[in-house]
Amino acid sequence: MVEIIVENLFFKYPDAEKYALKNINFSIRGGESIAILGENGAGKTTLAKNLNGLLKPTKGSVKIDGVDTRSLSVAKIARKIGFVCHNPDHQFFAETVEEEIKFGLKNFGFQENEIEKSLSEVLKTFGLEEYRHRSPFQLSGGEKKRLAIASIIVWRPELLILDEPTIGMDYAQRLNIQNVLKNLVSEGKSIIVITHDVDFAANICNRAIVLSGGEVVGDGCLRKLLSDPEVVNRASLRKPFIIELEEETGFSGIDEDFDSISEYLIKVFHKCHS
Amino acid sequence: MNVVDLRNVSFRYTGSEKEVLSNISLKIEEGESVLITGPSGCGKSTIARIIMGLIPHSYSGDLRGEAYVFGMNILENPVSRIATRCGIVFQNPANQLFTFSVEDDVAFGPENLALPPEDIRRRVDESIRLVGIEHLRYSSPNSLSGGEQQKAAIASILSMHPSIIVFDEPTSMLDPSSSISLIQSIFRLKENLEEKGSKITLIIIEHRISLLLDHVSRIVVISDGRIVLDGEPMTVLYESFKKRIPINIPPVLQIYFRIKDKCGLEKPPKNLKELFSYLREEVKHG
Repeated sequence: MVEIIVENLFFKYPDAEKYALKNINFSIRGGESIAILGENGAGKTTLAKNLNGLLKPTKGSVKIDGVDTRSLSVAKIARKIGFVCHNPDHQFFAETVEEEIKFGLKNFGFQENEIEKSLSEVLKTFGLEEYRHRSPFQLSGGEKKRLAIASIIVWRPELLILDEPTIGMDYAQRLNIQNVLKNLVSEGKSIIVITHDVDFAANICNRAIVLSGGEVVGDGCLRKLLSDPEVVNRASLRKPFIIELEEETGFSGIDEDFDSISEYLIKVFHKCHS
Repeated sequence: MNVVDLRNVSFRYTGSEKEVLSNISLKIEEGESVLITGPSGCGKSTIARIIMGLIPHSYSGDLRGEAYVFGMNILENPVSRIATRCGIVFQNPANQLFTFSVEDDVAFGPENLALPPEDIRRRVDESIRLVGIEHLRYSSPNSLSGGEQQKAAIASILSMHPSIIVFDEPTSMLDPSSSISLIQSIFRLKENLEEKGSKITLIIIEHRISLLLDHVSRIVVISDGRIVLDGEPMTVLYESFKKRIPINIPPVLQIYFRIKDKCGLEKPPKNLKELFSYLREEVKHG
C-alpha cells in the first residue's frame, strides 16, 4: 500500500510565465482506481509527474508515505509508483522486448528465478511472447503501448500511473488491459489513469479528478461527476456510454457487458410487445 | 482515377520472420474518404508507409507486388517527390516536429518547395488557423502537450496542400471535444477545397470508428496482414460483428447489431437516444 498526500501544490515549468498547476489538494490511499480527466493542456501529465517525483512542486508539497518527494530519489519512488508515459518511445532503450521487461526487475534486485517467472507471466498476459527477441522500436503502435505497460507492471508497484493507456489498442486488447487493471485494484494496489477515453475510465475507475486550466474542478465519484453537464463541458469531456445507458434505462451500476444488456432489452421489448 | 493502387503487395520487415502484409490489393479513387481499421499489429501503419514510399526507401524489408501513388511507382520515385502529392500525419506527432517554433515547422514544407515568401506566409497562416493553434504559433513544439503537438503536425502537412493525406490515428492524444472538432475541420477543409475545384483524398487509420462513422464513405478492415472486409461502412461493421473481428464497433451499434433482428429494427441508430426511441416506436406500432 502507498499513501500520497498532495497539499497546496503549485507547479511552474522553469521558463513559463503561468503556473501549469494551481493549488491542488487531494490524497490517495491503497486500492483506489482514479481517472485524471481534463482538456488538452489541462495539466494532467504534469500532475502525474509531480506524483512520482519526476517533477518537484514549485510551491506546496507531495508526500509519499509521509515523506516529501523533494527528499526522495526518482529510483526510490519508482519502486512504489510505476509510471507508463504516453509516448512509449520515450520509455524504451533496451535491445529486445525481453531485456526491456527485465530491466526494472534486475534494478530492484529481484532473484533470477523470480525474474524469469515474472517475465514469462507478463509476456503472456500482454500477448507479447512472439516478440520476445524483437527490438521494442520495431513493434507496432499498439504493441509498443502494451510493452510499455508490461515493463512497469512486472515489478508490481503499489501505485501504477498510466498516461493514455488505450491509444492504438483494439477492442480485445482494451478489454484485456481493463481486466489486468481491475485485478491489480482487487489485490489492493492503486491505479491512476490519465485518459481522454471516458468509456475506458468509466469501466475501471471509481473516482475521478477533473482538471481544467491547471486547477481541480471536480474530485469524487466518477459516474456522478461525469453525469454533471457543467463538469463535462468545462473539461471538454464526453458523457461515457455507460452513464447514457443508465439514464435511458433508469438503472444504476451496470457494467459494459453488451451481451447481457442486449438480452435484457430484448426481454423487455417482447414483454411490452405482447 | 485511382490515386492509390496497390497490387498484390506483401511486405516483411528485416529481422522479422512473418509477413506483416500478405498479398494486399487496394484501389482508392480520387476524392474518397477511407477509414482503415483492424486489430493492433495487423499492418495498418505499414500500408501508410508504403503509400508514402517510406517503404521501401526508409524501412528495410522484403517488398513484393506493385504500388502506385498518383501513377508514380513508389519503387522508382523518391519520397521527396511522393511527398509533394501525399502527406502523412504520424501516430506519434513528436516524431515529425523538429524546429524551435510551430510556425517554422509549418513553414518547413512550403519553404522546401521554394515558394515565394508571401505564399509561404499565407499557407502558414491558413494551416495554423484551420487547426486552431494561432495562440501556439511561436511556441516550441517541445513545450506543447500531446494533443497540441498533434494539431501542429497536422498544420505542417496542410501547408503542403497535398492531394492525399494519410492520418495515422490523428486524434489519439486529443480530448473528446477537440477530437470531434478536429475531425470536423478536416472534412470541412475537404469540402472547401472541393468547392474550389480541387479534390483531396483522405485515408484515415483509426481504432476509434465512432469518431469517423458519419464522415467516411468506405471502411477497409485489415486483419493479420490481409484485407478481410472492404465496403460501405454499416455493412462492414455488421460483418465484423458477425465474424467477431476485434475492432472498436461503437457501443450503440454493439447493442443494435445484437437486438435488431429480434426487435424488428431496420435503421441503425446514431446514438442511444435514437436506439431507445426506435424501440419505443416499434413497441407502439409493431
